[in-house]
Amino acid sequence: MTTEPRPEALLPLPPAVFHILLALADEDRHGYGIIQEVLSRTDGDVRLGPGTLYRSIQRMLADDLIVEISDRPAPELDDERRRYYRIAPFGRAVARAEASRLHDLVRMARASGFHPKKA
Amino acid sequence: MRFYRLLLRLYPKSFRGEYGAEMEKDFARQWRAASAGAKLWLIVAAAIDTAWNAARVHADITRQDVRYSVRSLLRTPGFSATVIIVAALGIGATTATFSLADHVLIRALPFPESHRLVKLWQDHTKRGYARVEPSPPNFQDWQRQSTMFERLEAYTGWGGAMTGRGEATRLVGATVTPGTLVMLGRQAALGRTFTEADAPTAEAERPMVISDRLWRTAFAATPDVVGQTLALDGTSYTIVGVMPPDFFFPSRDTDFWRMLQFSARNNDTDRTNQYLEVLGRLKNGVTVEDALAEMRVIGADLARLYPKELEGTSVTLAPWREQVAPQARLLLLGLVGASICVLLIACTNLANLLMSRALGRRTEFAVRAAVGASVDRLVRQMLTDSLILAFAGGTLGVVVAVASLPLLARLVPTALPIAELPPIDLRMLSGTLVLTTLTGLAFGLLPAVRVCRRTDASALKDGARGGTSRGTERVRSTLVVAEIVASVVLIVSVGLLTQALLAVQRVDPGFRTDNLLTLRTNLPIAQYGPLERRMPFYSQVLDRVQALPGVQSASYISWLPMTFRGGIWEVLSTTPDPASPGGFARLEGNQRPLALVRFVTPRYFETVGTPMLIGRDINAADTVKSPFVAVVSESFARKHFPDQDPIGRSFAIGLAARTIVGVAGDTRIRGLERETEPHVYMPAAQQTSLYFYVPKDLVIRASVPATTLVPAVRAIIAEAAPELPVTSVQTMEQLVGAETAPRLTQLRVLGGFAVIALLLAAVGIHGLLAFNVSARSREIGVRIALGAKARDIMWMVFGRSALMTGAGVVIGAALAYAAGRWMQAVLFGVNPADATVFAGAIAVSAVMGVAGSLMPAWRAVRVDPIEATRTE
Repeated sequence: MTTEPRPEALLPLPPAVFHILLALADEDRHGYGIIQEVLSRTDGDVRLGPGTLYRSIQRMLADDLIVEISDRPAPELDDERRRYYRIAPFGRAVARAEASRLHDLVRMARASGFHPKKA
Repeated sequence: MRFYRLLLRLYPKSFRGEYGAEMEKDFARQWRAASAGAKLWLIVAAAIDTAWNAARVHADITRQDVRYSVRSLLRTPGFSATVIIVAALGIGATTATFSLADHVLIRALPFPESHRLVKLWQDHTKRGYARVEPSPPNFQDWQRQSTMFERLEAYTGWGGAMTGRGEATRLVGATVTPGTLVMLGRQAALGRTFTEADAPTAEAERPMVISDRLWRTAFAATPDVVGQTLALDGTSYTIVGVMPPDFFFPSRDTDFWRMLQFSARNNDTDRTNQYLEVLGRLKNGVTVEDALAEMRVIGADLARLYPKELEGTSVTLAPWREQVAPQARLLLLGLVGASICVLLIACTNLANLLMSRALGRRTEFAVRAAVGASVDRLVRQMLTDSLILAFAGGTLGVVVAVASLPLLARLVPTALPIAELPPIDLRMLSGTLVLTTLTGLAFGLLPAVRVCRRTDASALKDGARGGTSRGTERVRSTLVVAEIVASVVLIVSVGLLTQALLAVQRVDPGFRTDNLLTLRTNLPIAQYGPLERRMPFYSQVLDRVQALPGVQSASYISWLPMTFRGGIWEVLSTTPDPASPGGFARLEGNQRPLALVRFVTPRYFETVGTPMLIGRDINAADTVKSPFVAVVSESFARKHFPDQDPIGRSFAIGLAARTIVGVAGDTRIRGLERETEPHVYMPAAQQTSLYFYVPKDLVIRASVPATTLVPAVRAIIAEAAPELPVTSVQTMEQLVGAETAPRLTQLRVLGGFAVIALLLAAVGIHGLLAFNVSARSREIGVRIALGAKARDIMWMVFGRSALMTGAGVVIGAALAYAAGRWMQAVLFGVNPADATVFAGAIAVSAVMGVAGSLMPAWRAVRVDPIEATRTE
């Protein structure tokens, strides 16, 4: 009998993994799409190198955080040699747990008088 | 893009296969989008990103592989333990012998810039001695005239009885010129070493530096030892410093250093009084050759200036590091060679064991390959297996090496200024690490590549059938033959060295070793210089010892046989010549005949069992008032008075003319393996000079076990001279035994290696044949079903074993002969092609071959044809 892994067991997530989960939260994407999405979400602050991206993807696949999907977007929108990834239910749970952990941290920081800078 | 493709090669092949194309595309898009300036940054970022992530991917895979390997190795504990033990034996043996050889032969001496330290001698090659210690005046001339040395210093060994601190103890020390310790470049751990300022006051103050060992044993390591006094032979010395624990000079057993002061009273103005050891530190940038050239000129000048003493002599020098006796060097190198043999055998066994395991796991690999594992991942997995085993073996090997090093310590010559045991340091451990990694890689790679090359669907079928390819069989057989070759080389070497040891032990030392007790009472010249003080001591001790029940006779001599402590003098004519250093004119002719001098009390020859061939022994009537006489050895009589009766003939030696009254048999003084100079024995009662040769060694012939006499003899000496320590208590058998001890140690170690090698080779044969029989069980079953007899089946197994053993023996014998020729210098005349040894080695190998094949043959005969063919 195998026991379901608890999302908390994977926390804290490496920043790259969290960024990838966020990038896949609303849309399936290929590797370059993930890089672009992370770049735009962070206003160019975080640029994932191909090495970091695919090493993270390898581990996320092994940990069931994401899955590789075989259904593709319409051919005219797709470079057919691309591999697409989708966030898995367990990945969502882990991302939620990480967000909650970070939220608690920020709350504690505020309580101690450390206010984040306004964007 | 070629640049990025090259970078991608840093990733494991499996990762590259999975994601390489995507990564390349992503990089290409980034490249296209980047401005010219940003491209440079992209290259740097890609290099960093790849290096970092490739290392992490490798680490992830290795972690997985290690976990998988440990689990699978724990499932087969018998196999794992065998491999680890085999690796530990090979790595342990090699680590121990290499550490020892490094320590004795290679590692720099423990002094700063020790490569600049050289030893100097007088070169008397024309007189038959290449290296002779110089005399004080010669040394002083060298010191004054040479320009190539930062310092040139002299020392000599000296021992004394330490009194006033419990029981009198004899200490070994050295007398050194004040700059010696400074030249060596080591500071005192406590206090100071000597300074030039000590020199003029040395006689009054008598400063002394002591060893760490003496500081701990005699002064309980008290920090305020500096300034305390120490009495040696009744003379008081003031301790000025303690040397660090790892300071050994000139030899390991030196416990103190006192100042060397030359004086006319000690005959230190005589250029034939040759007793100094001289060391020099070359100036920066000066080569040994430069220094030698200069010293040769100085030597030639001195020979011209003092033709009487130095005619035909010169000066020679050599790096101090090279002062390892050639035999000690050869003994060590022999062991290193043997340990390499053991390592090779261990490695071939490992390769075979790992290959068996790999062949047995082919089905598993084929399944893994079928579900997507790439060949490189499988090879990597197998390498991880072998590396884990090698590292476990290496760790155990270090334990084996450390535990066995004390057993090998006898092979470290005492005369070297180095510690008894090699240090267990980073150098040794990193050496072992390299060895272990190479062992793991080399012998894990072979089976991995061979098996994985065929990991496809056919392997699945093959695996199920359990057969092996011809190529794999050939490789495995070659490995087993290599094991046999190495073990034959070892067996033959052990055989030849055993023969040599027996030959050395057969050498007649010239005396009887049984029931002969020996001990030393060093008589300080200050108290026992005058004859009238010394002779009563001898008489009292000898009379009482000879009255003890169980004692047949006893006598005193300068130094025991087999103990070379100098005393080589030129044999002169009886014509007085005040201008000659020896007091007498030289013999006619160009030769300078030399002889070894010893002073003895009466009954010496009877006591040690050296036969009196003609004439009489020295007796109580030979006193300082009677004519000076001598007993000479047989070789002396033959050399100087050939075809004549030597009795009544005269010659001069050691500052006095003497008449021969007897001729005794020759005895060995330079050990069993070297010829000795002719001997001249003179009566102790006629010794009025040459105090260095005062009889101090007591020999006692007993009719009871010799050691039972020790307490009674000690009591007699204590009564005669309470302040004298009794040292070096040993039987003659022990003394002669110590002569062959390094050989015996080497032989034991080699013997151990040979036994390990034989066992491993037998295991190798057994492993190969057992695997072969089980792989061919169906074929054997079919043969039996078709009527093959048990004899045919057995012959099939034994024949294969005989073939491998035969090939191994032939190649091994040829290599062993080459090894024997290389070792000839230590073989003591034994023929490197000794037929008995080779026949023995072949017989032992045959027994090993048969022993290794017995079990597989038995299994082959018992194959059940129905069972074996059922799955076909």
